This record gives sequence, C-alpha cells and structure tokens, in this order.
Amino acid sequence: MMSRSLAQSFGFISLGVIAMIVVMPILLVVGTIVARGISAINWEFISSMPHGGMREGGILPAIVGTLLLTLGTALVAVPIGVGGAIYLSEYARDTRLTRAIRLAIVNLAGIPSIVYGLFGLGMFVLFFRFGTSILAGSLTLAIMTLPVIISTAEEALRAVPQEFRTVSASLGGSRWQAVQNIVLPQALPGIITGIILGLLRAAGETAPILFTVAAFYLPRLPTSPLDQTMALPYHLYVISTQVPGMPTSIQYGTALVLLALVLSLNIVATVIRSHFRRRRQW
Amino acid sequence: MVETNNLSQTPLRVLTPLRQGQGRPPREGAIPKVRIQGLSYWYSGKASLEGVTMDIPDKAVTVLFGPAGGGKTTLMRLINRLNDMVEDTHMTGRILLDGDDIYAPDVDVLHLRRRVGMVFALPLPLPGTICDNVLYGPRLAGERDATTLSEVVERSLRQAALWTEVKDRLDAPALSLSGGQQQRLCIARSLALEPEVLLLDEPTSGLDPISTAKVEESLFELRERYAVVIVPHSVQQAARVADYAAFFLAGEMVERGNGPQVFTSPRDKRTEDYVTGRFG
Repeated sequence: MMSRSLAQSFGFISLGVIAMIVVMPILLVVGTIVARGISAINWEFISSMPHGGMREGGILPAIVGTLLLTLGTALVAVPIGVGGAIYLSEYARDTRLTRAIRLAIVNLAGIPSIVYGLFGLGMFVLFFRFGTSILAGSLTLAIMTLPVIISTAEEALRAVPQEFRTVSASLGGSRWQAVQNIVLPQALPGIITGIILGLLRAAGETAPILFTVAAFYLPRLPTSPLDQTMALPYHLYVISTQVPGMPTSIQYGTALVLLALVLSLNIVATVIRSHFRRRRQW
Repeated sequence: MVETNNLSQTPLRVLTPLRQGQGRPPREGAIPKVRIQGLSYWYSGKASLEGVTMDIPDKAVTVLFGPAGGGKTTLMRLINRLNDMVEDTHMTGRILLDGDDIYAPDVDVLHLRRRVGMVFALPLPLPGTICDNVLYGPRLAGERDATTLSEVVERSLRQAALWTEVKDRLDAPALSLSGGQQQRLCIARSLALEPEVLLLDEPTSGLDPISTAKVEESLFELRERYAVVIVPHSVQQAARVADYAAFFLAGEMVERGNGPQVFTSPRDKRTEDYVTGRFG
C-alpha cells in the first residue's frame, strides 16, 4: 500500500518536472525578449519609418510588410488548401494518383524553407517575371503553407463521422450538399486551426522571402502587389547580423513585435476554435 | 397497438399467430412495389447475396430476418443504391421499382433515394435542431416555402408518433432527445420526403421496450401508405410486425411467405430451427 502511494507520488513529481522542463524554454524566450525589448516599444517604434541606417526610428514598413505577406499567403493558400482537402477527403477514391498526391503533400511539408525560397526565385521572380515583389513572396509562402493546411484540413474533414454522409445521401443529398451542410461546418474548427498554424509559420519565415520579396532597407510602405517590402523576420535577421552598432533594445523590440503578432494570431485562432467547438455536437 | 408486456416473450409464445389480434390479415396478391430478380452481390470478391429473387409488396410490412451476416442490410442498401458509395463491389441481377430498373444508366440516384427512404440501426440525428433534421431532405430537394415546410414538419412527426412529445420544442437540438425519440425523429426525417418505400434497418436495436413499442406502433400507420421493409432486431419483433417475411441465411433467401405462415409453419428446416430459437 505504502509503496504504491510512494510510487504514485514519485510518478506525479517526475511528470511535473518534465512538464516544467517543457514550459521553461518558452518562459525563458518570452521573458528575455520582453525584458530586453519592452524599453524600445513605443508608439513611434511601431508607427514610423526607420532612419539613421535603421538604428533609429520605427519598424512600420516591416510590420505592414509581414501583415500583407500573411494576407497574400492566406488568399492563395486557404482556398486551394481547403479545396484540395475537400477533394481528397470527400471525392477522391483510393487510387495510385491520390496516393501519389498524398505522398507529395507529406514530402512538401518536409522540404527546407530555403529550398522554397530558391524555388520561388526561379518560378515567380524570374520565370513569371513578377520580380522581387509581395506577389512572388506570397505565392512562395503559400506553396510552403499548403501542405500544412491540406493535411490538417483533410484530417478534420475525415474526423466527421462517416454516418453523417450516409444519412445525407439516404435523404437524397449529393456529396457536395453533405459537405456544404454538414461536413464542412463540423470540421471548421479543425480547418481553422490548420490554417492559422500554417499562416503563423509563413509569418515567421525568413528563408522563403529572402530572394522573393524582402527588402534590406525600404523606408516606405508598399503601394502595389508588385512592390518589394520589408518584413519582420528578415528585418530582425538584418539588424541582428548585418548592421554594426545596432542598439540591442531595437533588436529585442523587433523580436517582441514579431512575437506579439504571432501570439495574438494564435489567440484569435484559439478563440475561434473554442467558439465553434461549443456549437459542435458530437 | 402493441402492448409493452408483449415485448420480452419467449420464441414459442411468439409463434402463436399474433397477427390476428393486431392488424389486418396479410393481403394475398398485393401489387409488388419492388421486384428483386436474381440478385447477387460481392464485396471484394466475397459473395454477400446469392441469387435472391423476391417481391416487396406495396402498403405492407415486409420483414427480412435471419442471423447476422445474412445479407439483409446489404439488400436494403442496394434498394436505395447507398452501396454506390462502397468501393470494390460487383452486382448481377436486377432491382425494379414500379417496374423500372433502378440501376439503369439514366436513373437519377438522388431522386431514387428520395423515393426510397432509409432509417439506420443507430439513431443518427444530424447536427442542428429537431426541425432542421426533419427538413434536411425537403430543403436539399429545393423546397423553400415556409408554410409547406412547417406542414411537412408536423405531418412527418405525427406519422412517426413523435409530434406530441416535441411540438413545443422544435428548435431544440436533436441531440437533446432521448434515444427512442431520436430514432423516431430519424423515421420522421425519412418520411418528410414522402418516400414510396421505407427501409428500416434494425430501427429499434438500441431502444428500450417502451420506445420499441412506439416505433412498432408507428409501423402500423406507415404501412397504410408505404411499402415498409424492416430488418427486425429479434425474431419476436419479426413475428409481431410481419405482413410478409423472408428468411436470409448466409446470403441466400431460404424462405419467403406471409408473416403467420413463416413464423408458425415454416417450410424449410433451417427457418424452423431459427424461429424456434435453435440457433441464431
């Protein structure tokens, strides 16, 4: 009796320690960045152009650039990704072709992001002559995000009980009517999670935008999809490694803004998800 | 009307011809609504039905009974072509609805499924309210008129013997109903399309005796309008509700006849063994 309760306490304590070890790095990273970067944050920092070789002024163009790139990525990747997932889960039969498509998706997810960057350079910047532009960058990021969106959305669609589709069919519903009326609404929380996870990755990536859109120093806001733009991750890389004499508070401040952007998107995702989940019935 | 205390009888007690006290006698020479001709069916090369030929008469309850794996559910799912959704299958033979081959190339499958409704073994309410569930089919069929739709709700729920219990909470989630109510809701949902044939696959398998009695009670109303085909969840239930009965064993239709005859004086030894409880 005694030894069992001892073993149980030991188990609880070691699991607790492991949980702490998992949480620790997150707290340390966030803590360090907030502690060293908060002093740089003020209205001017997030609302004005950089000047003085980026050592002074704000990071507005980088913030706007990242938001625009994320939006552009979403516009391309969400319809294609969700549409592809619906096709794979609801329409495609298990053939050699669909197995090849699935294999391709899994492999796409494993490609290093710098390879996407080089692909984007060759495909969109040079071949399609989009130049280094928000359009080329968004397309590159979208291709990188697609596998995440497709696979999570497909999983969410498949998690909707098959019986709903059978019932819908037995009531004279077409496949699309079942998707539209039952499957898609039920799978929406999972799909949204996948979309946001994919977009978060896109928002934080440096390598894919390196050759396709990111400007080293461009103290103005983009006016067309064919403009270059600064972007937060690349800007962070630049001011951390390429600019001598950079005040550390600006480096950490930039990191803090990027982190806040990503975390707030994450929170939005969580809220949307729990809102839909409360309406779900199975 | 089925009495609740009839529900847990021994097979022998059931073998007395219950039909006489309950409904009208089975009609001889009734018009066949569905004709099944030489039907064989294979899943992945494995035979599920072998050479089944039978008629399903209009405005009567036809019971398909027998041990599990006999092909009863498969037969039902072939009559409304739900098995179209299953891959790697093969079929020979014909199924005629009002004389038309339902597997002919020009058949509109969605329209066919509106004519041949189906209720499944487990109550499967769709997400949404009671009302949404009943109206799922009519709405997909394009019905938009609010008056018509509310008439459909009332008529369907009445026919499924559920109206009095839910008429004050049509906008409640379908899942807030009890299991028995959910199953009657599923029946109402099929009836909303005014089908001509109603397929019920063990509709009471998950229900308590009182709910079972209510579902069976609604069957007696339904057979006034529809060709009802039911896979019962027990021999007792088969005997209670059958105007006609067909005994299935391992994909073969062993025997078919009117209800009292099959259950009281089966012609085939295997049917007799099954209805007297020697196996199954």
